[in-house]
Amino acid sequence: MIYVFAALAATLLTSALLVVLHRNPVTSALFLVLAFCSLGGIYLLLGAEFVGLVQVIVYAGAIMVLFLFVIMYLNLQHDTESGVPTALRRGLGWIMGAVLLAEGLALMGRRWQPGPASEAPAYLQGNTQAVGQALYTRYLFPFEITSMVLLVAMVGVIVIARGRGAARLGGAEEES
Amino acid sequence: MSAGLPLSYSLVLSAVLFTIGVAGVLVRRNALVIFMSIELMLNAANLAFVAFARQMRSVDGQILVFFVMTVAAAEVAVGLAIIVNLFRLRETVFVDEVNLLKG
Repeated sequence: MIYVFAALAATLLTSALLVVLHRNPVTSALFLVLAFCSLGGIYLLLGAEFVGLVQVIVYAGAIMVLFLFVIMYLNLQHDTESGVPTALRRGLGWIMGAVLLAEGLALMGRRWQPGPASEAPAYLQGNTQAVGQALYTRYLFPFEITSMVLLVAMVGVIVIARGRGAARLGGAEEES
Repeated sequence: MSAGLPLSYSLVLSAVLFTIGVAGVLVRRNALVIFMSIELMLNAANLAFVAFARQMRSVDGQILVFFVMTVAAAEVAVGLAIIVNLFRLRETVFVDEVNLLKG
């Protein structure tokens, strides 16, 4: 278990350093995804299953997609100067695809043996149920306030991102 | 699952991650990378929360991580909208070329 932790920590720190040090923002964002995924693994190791999965879903899924969307929307070409040569990148892509295919085939070829059914509910009862019960009883009011935070952020983002030209028009919505 | 992994390991990892985030904010000029470094710092705080929650056999720290994630999502959305607006205005995302508030 300590070795798994060490491996995840090494991945986390290396990718975090690369986020900071890499020149290309797209590569930084992708390394940040790797950092968030390894941090989710550390959360799983620490017994926080719900938080670990939410970390992967929300951070690596939603927030980083937003980051990548904005980076590619801004189209920052002048910031990209380093990079792996195209042939090497393409070769690595094929190798990774082949590894994934071999992995899938090896998994398909193996006999599946489901565990005893009585074990699963006892395992699931641990973290997520405890988090849910605390979230909807003791922390119900902050949980509702959270929705207000998200609503305010959403309205603010729409107002900011509408731009100055659209804001100057004011009530003339039909012209847009 | 309960054995092993002293609390100090997670805390040291959290501290190092936070330091990397601080260094990123200080070193980089690209506003997007600065935002990513802020995310790293928030995640370092989350890691400390989870480690303490495990140490104290309590679920409260994980609830706080949930709230921090929500606030981080709101912060990223607002910040990226500001960056998009800034790019429309100044055609740059480098923070040292933005001196609108300079007198």
